[in-house]
Amino acid sequence: MYAQGYHDQGTPAPASEPSATAVTLEIDGVSVTVPAGTSIMRAAALAGGDIPKLCATDTLKAFGSCRVCLVEVEGRKGFPASCTTEVAAGMKVRTASDAVQNLRRNVLELYVSEHPMGSCPDSSRCELESLAAVHGIGESRFAGADTSRDIATPKPVDLSNPYFRFDNDLCIVCSRCVRACEDTQGTFALTIEGRGIESRVSASQQQPFLESECVSCGACVEACPTGALLEKSVITAGLPQKAIPTTCAYCGVGCSLVAEVTDGAVSRMVPNRAGRANQGHACVKGRFAYGYATHADRVTKPMIRKRITDEWREVSWEEAFAYAASEFKRIQAAHGKDSIGGITSSRCTNEETFLVQKLVRAAFGTNNVDTCARVCHSPTGYGLKHTLGESAGTQEFVSVQHADVIVVIGASPTEAHPVFASQMKRRLRAGARLIVIDPRAIALVKSPHIEADYHLRLLPGTNVAVINALAHVVVTEGLTKEQYIADRCEAASYEKWKKFVADPANSPEAMQKITGVPAELIRGAARLYARGPNSAIYYGLGVTEHSQGTTMVMGIANLAMATGNLGREGVGVSPLRGQNNVQGSCDMGSFPHEFSGYRHVSDDATRALFESMWKVQLGSEPGLRIPNMFEAALDGSFRGLYIQGEDFAQSDPNTAHVTAALSAMECIVIQDIFHNETAKFAHVFLPGSSFLEKDGTFTNAERRISRVRKVMEPLAGLADWEVTMRLSNALGYPMSYSHPSQIMDEIAALTPTFTGVSYEKLDRLGSIQWPCNDRAPQGTPTMHVGSFVRGKGKFYVTAYVPTNERTSSRYPLLLTTGRVLTQYNVGAQTRRTANLAWHSEDRLELHPHDAEARGIEHGDWVGVTSRAGDTVLRVEITDRVAPGVVYTTFHFPESGANLITTENSDWATNCPEYKVTAVQVVKVAQPAAWQMRRRAKQPAPVG
Amino acid sequence: MDKERLVAMANDIAAFFDSEPDKAVAAEGVRFHITRFWDPRMRREIVAHLQGGGAGLCETARTAVAQLTNSPNQSK
Repeated sequence: MYAQGYHDQGTPAPASEPSATAVTLEIDGVSVTVPAGTSIMRAAALAGGDIPKLCATDTLKAFGSCRVCLVEVEGRKGFPASCTTEVAAGMKVRTASDAVQNLRRNVLELYVSEHPMGSCPDSSRCELESLAAVHGIGESRFAGADTSRDIATPKPVDLSNPYFRFDNDLCIVCSRCVRACEDTQGTFALTIEGRGIESRVSASQQQPFLESECVSCGACVEACPTGALLEKSVITAGLPQKAIPTTCAYCGVGCSLVAEVTDGAVSRMVPNRAGRANQGHACVKGRFAYGYATHADRVTKPMIRKRITDEWREVSWEEAFAYAASEFKRIQAAHGKDSIGGITSSRCTNEETFLVQKLVRAAFGTNNVDTCARVCHSPTGYGLKHTLGESAGTQEFVSVQHADVIVVIGASPTEAHPVFASQMKRRLRAGARLIVIDPRAIALVKSPHIEADYHLRLLPGTNVAVINALAHVVVTEGLTKEQYIADRCEAASYEKWKKFVADPANSPEAMQKITGVPAELIRGAARLYARGPNSAIYYGLGVTEHSQGTTMVMGIANLAMATGNLGREGVGVSPLRGQNNVQGSCDMGSFPHEFSGYRHVSDDATRALFESMWKVQLGSEPGLRIPNMFEAALDGSFRGLYIQGEDFAQSDPNTAHVTAALSAMECIVIQDIFHNETAKFAHVFLPGSSFLEKDGTFTNAERRISRVRKVMEPLAGLADWEVTMRLSNALGYPMSYSHPSQIMDEIAALTPTFTGVSYEKLDRLGSIQWPCNDRAPQGTPTMHVGSFVRGKGKFYVTAYVPTNERTSSRYPLLLTTGRVLTQYNVGAQTRRTANLAWHSEDRLELHPHDAEARGIEHGDWVGVTSRAGDTVLRVEITDRVAPGVVYTTFHFPESGANLITTENSDWATNCPEYKVTAVQVVKVAQPAAWQMRRRAKQPAPVG
Repeated sequence: MDKERLVAMANDIAAFFDSEPDKAVAAEGVRFHITRFWDPRMRREIVAHLQGGGAGLCETARTAVAQLTNSPNQSK
């Protein structure tokens, strides 16, 4: 079922649009001009005259099976299907002649014989029943005929999926769901089983949807023209009263969504087909897992307490702000301005993160502001800024459709960025080659119709050794693009780098014993990448969350420059950002050393610009980073912290160290939608607002700025930007915005890459990729076209430096971490939804050999011990991990995954080394007592 | 702040710049990085640590921190 108000055009636009030759034809006497390759059905829709259809929809290739869209074409025999017939110059089409209408009514009657009128829960949105009604069909003359399915005996409705149901009796076997699963999602979980009248849709091998290979993306539900596949929420809530476009609050793909609202609450979320990032698709989180926003656990009253051992006391907003402000002032009076700081959140909007850093710099008078990007993609910012000149990915997502070779490094797009993964899989099915560099056999390595050409299964912690070995092959085998380099890169840095990587010490053969990757695989992958001709690199936290995270980002940029794979569509270096607004929070000046637009605080001209606008003197020294704040808290020089939407106590490494630091502080003000782990150490709790409760913008991994629009009022009465503003006012630094658009205007006035951004332009264009300014008023889909942002690209020597975290007889295995599709980060949102049906606990993946050696069986509890701490997890025995490597997710607090990660961090940015922890694994009887207590408190999910 | 942690951080930075054959250039890289990204209290403490003998600091980090002593607030 389409989004409310959506006008489906029946078939996709032809690939060549809009530059294709224009074709003029006549449809029902009206002259229509469309690009060559357009179907008659689409041409009619573009002209405003929809041709009836059932098996066609504009997200799927024409199928031509339902025979409802038949038309007459003058001079041609028969009645061609308008969905599969392309327009031709001078063509004269009749879509509703008597002959066509008679045929169409007969066809519709046949459908109605198996899908009686009034059988759908919402007949007004059933395409078949609507069409039948328009054609005056009430009952079918063919109902009950011998050839008909037995509709008198209802089959059981499949209710297994928590979000949608499948009622086979309402299915007209149009195959839209099957094709959506194949073409849109790329999972191939659905099929048409049986022949003729016995044909029916089947999930996997006639399994309930929940038990099948279905990933619950919902593409099939949206594609279904009847009520056969239908959201349960639609049945419960009924017709929506309005539809509001907004942006998803989960991963860095930043899908454009339409929230359908009934009686003030979201009744259905559907992908926006005009969304450039998601191209009309969504995943199980974005489409379905929004129920957390109204979960009973939401904190809606401000609270304060003097000591963290005291009970919370609900207070008015005024009292909470006054108390927080007085505490911060008291601490600063006693310990200096730099004894407090603040944290911005990648789950909050650009406007909100901008305000928090403004509050810290202007109202607190310090540069002690940082953001959760510190623990994920801070090496991306540093590495790409130094090599290419801008702290951001180089492409837009659709660029992948022009890639000949796709390289995925340290990322699992099907789990963590599923909507982009579907686009990537579409390109791979069309013939692009694939290189996966990952210690684990991620799903892309081998899945339906996709198999990686190379899987470089390296040992955790050896990324840089692999990238240097790849570069060695490129340089020593003459695969570099010398003219491109000469034109666009610093010659001296290139010569130095070339000499470095050509050293035999960096050869695949020499590196093999370090990386564990056979040399011939490295050589083959390097040749494939270099020869492209269009090769694109996509990477994730498996690159950044290492002690050499920044070095690896630089190594990736080096390789792309050396092979000429930057500055056009189909190539590039694209970080897959973990959270929806990681890019945005970094852009907005959340780091302690720089203002918005990545300008250092020591730059006098930049500081003067901000001082003039903000009417306050600003500091020129960098402030503390998050891990530095913890260290400073433990030595007593840092005592107060304002945290917006961040849960250190669960998400940051070495939990014991983090909680000791949090316990040492005198005033922690936390602003969140739930009472999270960090709130246990807080003194003031300010209720936050979900993405549904406020206006603003998010910036996704492709630098795309998209609007977030208020769907319902903030449950606690204030949106997050209003809370920050009120706190600032209580501190004596006035802020007086009446709408987030005014904050964006201030961002645009202060930030060269945002100069041309405004809410008016965002509403007009739909979204904008920065830089957006006089030179690029419509935004910049592809970066570094013609030249690099920094001028000449700079190569950096990237020597491999082994991590200090090494295996030993005491800790013989290497632990690495990641995500699953249905849960999200620390799980605060998804644990409170029905996504628990797929993943209700974190498990430890262990190779069969390692399991056998330890006497461990599938499902056993195992103790996992590192030099930082220990925890207990249930084990899953699988060869997705290599011998010697174990893997877990970190979505549940009771898993204690970060009890065992260490304080090792990236040399340049202090991004924690989550991806490498030496551990031992032993069989135990049960979880620790604290884990069982925590598990018992797990919140109940809501649909 | 924890001296061992600061020393480890300085040494990690030095390990990156040590690939530079000219040791003076490497030390300048470390100094510049610390100046750009370390909060003043961290810089003061690593300088004080060096003045107290600098236990644990590698050679490049030691040279860099010594230069930091001469120009603690300098940014480039």
